[in-house]
Amino acid sequence: MVDSLAYTPQITLDFEIGEKDFFVAGECASRVKKTLQQLGLKQDVIKRIAIIIYEAAMNVAIHATSGRLVVHVEPDAITIRTEDVGAGIEDIDLAMKEGYSTASYEIREMGFGAGMGLSNIKQCSDDLNIESRVGVGTTLNARVFFRDERRHEGA
Amino acid sequence: MTLQEVQELLEAQVLCGNDECLKRSVRVCFACDLISEMLLYLKPQSLLITSLTNAHVIHAAQVMDAKAVLFVGGRRPDESVVRSGESNKIPLFTTMLLTFDCCGRLYEKGIRGDKQ
Repeated sequence: MVDSLAYTPQITLDFEIGEKDFFVAGECASRVKKTLQQLGLKQDVIKRIAIIIYEAAMNVAIHATSGRLVVHVEPDAITIRTEDVGAGIEDIDLAMKEGYSTASYEIREMGFGAGMGLSNIKQCSDDLNIESRVGVGTTLNARVFFRDERRHEGA
Repeated sequence: MTLQEVQELLEAQVLCGNDECLKRSVRVCFACDLISEMLLYLKPQSLLITSLTNAHVIHAAQVMDAKAVLFVGGRRPDESVVRSGESNKIPLFTTMLLTFDCCGRLYEKGIRGDKQ
């Protein structure tokens, strides 16, 4: 297990997410997890990244009409970015509150839509930034550092 | 206890997982029907008990390194979900019992929740 990928070439993984493409989220998380395991990252770091990817990709599939997820592996951090075209978020602070959800019955029946997605992402991220315009779309940027000195304290 | 012992205790049917898989032992269990909660709380090597049967359960189990998944209330996932369990080497079981009874029987045998 390593704390730094100083000698590993930078890697970018890019996924398209279509409207109501609900099952792609788990596939993205699963594939990125396998890639990061091959790189030898610590299990707890991989878990946090996989959770962010799962929840962020699911949000795109649920709320947007189209979008993509990009995972960028750097020597000391991973950046997870989603960009989507869609409804956008009216009140980001409210959306961040655990339990707040605008998801439909269909989504809830699937085991999502409990209003935990963004708070899960926040808990797993060292740095999180969300920008959104109603009726236009949302961009989410989450970073996870894996050098010892910047290790996530909540994990 | 081994997964085979779990299977017998919970009167479960094996949907996928060979004899070798059933020899694996399990000490921790987590039961829930919310994928986000699985992502938040499911600890590695746990037995996951759920009444959800869609592909997300397998993805969540794979991402969180669950040892096996048990579907309750006689629920059975589609064949594609079973195949996904198989290819991810996650044994899948189904039982007619409901969550409370499964957890009670397991607790009596010393299986605990993952926060203990």
